[in-house]
Amino acid sequence: MAVTTSPERDTVATPVQRALKEGFYAGAIALGLFVLFIGLKTGQNISNELVVTTRWILLAGVVIATAVGRFLYVAYALPFMASQKIANVATGVLPDSLASRFFRFPAFVVAAVVAVILIAGGSYLTPVLGPFFGDFARSLRALSIVYALACAIYYFRAFIHANFTKLGITVLVLYPIVVVAILSLMSWSVVAGLQGSLKWVDNFGIQILIYVMLAWGLNIVVGLAGLLDLGYVAFYALGAYSYALLATHFGLSFWILLPTAGAMAALWGVLLGFPVLRLRGDYLAIVTLAFGEIIRLVLINWREVTNGSAGISGIPKVSFFGLMSFNVSDSNYIAKVLGIAQSGAYYKIFLYYLILGLCLLTAFVTIRLRRLPVGRAWEALREDEIACRSLGINTTTTKLTAFATGAMFGGFAGSFFAARQGFVSPESFVFLESAIILAIVVLGGMGSLVGIAVAALVMIGGTEALRELDFLKKGLTWGDTTIIPGFGPDFTPELYRMLLFGMAMVIVMLWKPRGFVGSREPTAFLKVRRAVSSSFTKEGHG
Amino acid sequence: MNASTPMNNAILQVEHLSMKFGGLVAIGDLSFTAKRGEITALIGPNGAGKTTVFNCITGFYKPSEGMITLNRADGSSFLLERLPNHEIPARAKVARTFQNIRLFSGMTLLENLLVAQHNKLMKASGYTVLGLLGFSGYRKVEAESVELAKHWLEKADLVDRADDPAGDLPYGAQRRLEIARAMCTGPELLCLDEPAAGLNPKESAALNELLMDIKNTSGTSILLIEHDMSVVMQISDHVVVLEYGRKISDGNPQSVRTDPRVIAAYLGVDDEEVETVLIEVGDENVIEQLDTGPDAAHGPGTSSSFLAGPVTDTVGHSEGERVTVSKGASKAAQVDARASATPRKPSERATAKPAGKPPTAKPRGGRK
Ligand SMILES: Nc1ncnc2c1ncn2[C@@H]1O[C@H](COP(=O)(O)OP(=O)(O)OP(=O)(O)O)[C@@H](O)[C@H]1O
Ligand SMILES: [Mg+2]
Repeated sequence: MAVTTSPERDTVATPVQRALKEGFYAGAIALGLFVLFIGLKTGQNISNELVVTTRWILLAGVVIATAVGRFLYVAYALPFMASQKIANVATGVLPDSLASRFFRFPAFVVAAVVAVILIAGGSYLTPVLGPFFGDFARSLRALSIVYALACAIYYFRAFIHANFTKLGITVLVLYPIVVVAILSLMSWSVVAGLQGSLKWVDNFGIQILIYVMLAWGLNIVVGLAGLLDLGYVAFYALGAYSYALLATHFGLSFWILLPTAGAMAALWGVLLGFPVLRLRGDYLAIVTLAFGEIIRLVLINWREVTNGSAGISGIPKVSFFGLMSFNVSDSNYIAKVLGIAQSGAYYKIFLYYLILGLCLLTAFVTIRLRRLPVGRAWEALREDEIACRSLGINTTTTKLTAFATGAMFGGFAGSFFAARQGFVSPESFVFLESAIILAIVVLGGMGSLVGIAVAALVMIGGTEALRELDFLKKGLTWGDTTIIPGFGPDFTPELYRMLLFGMAMVIVMLWKPRGFVGSREPTAFLKVRRAVSSSFTKEGHG
Repeated sequence: MNASTPMNNAILQVEHLSMKFGGLVAIGDLSFTAKRGEITALIGPNGAGKTTVFNCITGFYKPSEGMITLNRADGSSFLLERLPNHEIPARAKVARTFQNIRLFSGMTLLENLLVAQHNKLMKASGYTVLGLLGFSGYRKVEAESVELAKHWLEKADLVDRADDPAGDLPYGAQRRLEIARAMCTGPELLCLDEPAAGLNPKESAALNELLMDIKNTSGTSILLIEHDMSVVMQISDHVVVLEYGRKISDGNPQSVRTDPRVIAAYLGVDDEEVETVLIEVGDENVIEQLDTGPDAAHGPGTSSSFLAGPVTDTVGHSEGERVTVSKGASKAAQVDARASATPRKPSERATAKPAGKPPTAKPRGGRK
């Protein structure tokens, strides 16, 4: 048994050596991956023939960027992160965190002063500094505002963490008011402010809150009871069509139809649940997926009732509890009653508060239910169904209640959706919607309301924000000089939305595999309430 | 129930219970009774069908044949094989633990014990409606439930860890928690599947104490599966021994301990040693047979062991099906076969020891 030692083994490669190697490999892999994706592009010429154009420069750019990025990461970022974890031998304390070194108080003061000066002198920037330095100053202003805000959040992080829910609700309640106020101030006109607020209140506010509500509803089924439901959008569709049909045909008011739509969806939840809930895991997922598709196909094909894929339009608006209406032609139009200027924004702001109220109702009910025996049984079911049965819990009815409760909130959200759009069609209820709602629940951390709300903000707000990727067309500019060239005016960033979205999801799941908030709040305690770490909770098998 | 009136001190009566999985007979024609207020132990080698008996009693399996009667203290009696799974703990008041612990590991100890009181709390919360509206009646019942949970946490010596997740507990504590959780359902019969498995001697002693305490103070009868003989012999009042799904002995710990079939079967005696065991117990036939010497015609058989080759045995049962079981044919049956048959027909021994020959079927139908 001869012992041979290879000389290479003894010398440990320095980070730079290793980084050179890994950077080279990363470049090679990127080349192999992208040579067909980026290097070659097929298109049509004028006579409709297939032509292949080559884009070697772009390919080289991507490959070099990958290789350099990997090199920098391995050579500098990894050793740096490792050094962050090593405590000082003399003092025994860890080095200051990166954030506390980045957010220094003096720097905050400087940034705040710069921001204030530049905001105050906003209108003189271009005349005084000229167009080139004017742009420069505006970029500086934006940076200093962002930095100052980030500093403030960083210094108050403990407070924010402790009062996250209260702060969150306050921010949500004030959001439309603040948006209108800021926009009015910027243009010195309330009407213009209201008009400008449409995008912020409707596209961002209402849109995100609808998904928050849907995800909280699905959270009851998936997060608490551990039943994987891939067809949740079916209940959303049921709610939407219930409202659309009953309101257009019978002229019933939203306030009657909201509970009706919820009850209808819950009823269907029970009807679906009865045969299905004896299935578990993958099988349950497949059957619910099929249910979602069946509902959509029925909506498309049952033309006499649902008007097929053309959808139902002219769905009546919600009234202000019957006291005021949002139709300009009505005698009790809100602007006439209150004697204020006409604007479409009132309806959107009202809808915003309506969906906010519905969301808070969902959260309240979920929190209450979790502390009741039924909620505890849901979670116990997720943890171990057999043990539940050995304790005398009727697992069938327990699953059914979870399914029905989740479906009911889906139905509420659906009827709100129909009232907001004024138009519903089967297009809105495709499988992708179910997938997005489920992704929000998983990303947020199953069972956690706060985590799910944050995930909805990130995912829906993110995709909405990605609509505005104009800078990708122009490229990055510093004053008048172009630093990074854009993709040109015929580039459509919207098409890359889903790509970025997917990448973001992969990154978040690598970073936090159990979602933003993986831990679980116990529903009862004897002495202290301590969060349960995610390593003990289970995801459920059904 | 014709028998229920005089037998009311029997909490559980198992009659002619059979459970088949395809061709495999996990339990064959098993009958026994467990008396109220006693600890009845169900023992037997691995794979004897003990857990299957529990699963039949608690409704996880529907038995192929037989009747399981539970008599509650208030005089009502239930046929457990007819009740749906979840109603057995709820109505017949039978609680159980599992051989491989099944706790709600992501929930705290207290929550585990509150889930066990689900049905009571559910009623108090007006099936959720009243609870959702915040009625005070529910809060009172919930406070009582927390008190009950605390009571059992104290008994199980776990009250300090009440707010920790159950999955965080050490193994022995998880076993105790599972017992406490079962007790929170307020059972009249508690079925424990190997509660002492994996415990160290100190924990095992504490468990004995807990079980005795349950028996003496709460009036709950206990049905216990256990491999740890120290636990069985110390605390049980009555022992039922299973082997290959059949009852081979039934009686008080002393009588079972000395039953040769039990010793052979349960202690997993080698077939060579069976004779030694029988001598120890003083079986005349064996001694007689040993005097005459081994049967020359079946020479190799005497020296070969069951470990020598792929030996199969068949277990016959009531419907005449034949099922092959892997090596380890009934030791108790061998003792029987030898004790009764050897002097007359030495050739039968050969069928019990088929090593070196093609696998032979050994009918067991005659022994009952
Ligand atoms: N669901 C099932 N399907 C098929 N066979 C089963 C099933 N459950 C148990 N068995 C078989 O029944 C026989 C008895 O098993 P059981 O688990 O009851 O034994 P046990 O006495 O509890 O053993 P141990 O001491 O190892 O726990 C075994 O051969 C087992 O393989
Ligand atoms: Mg077992």
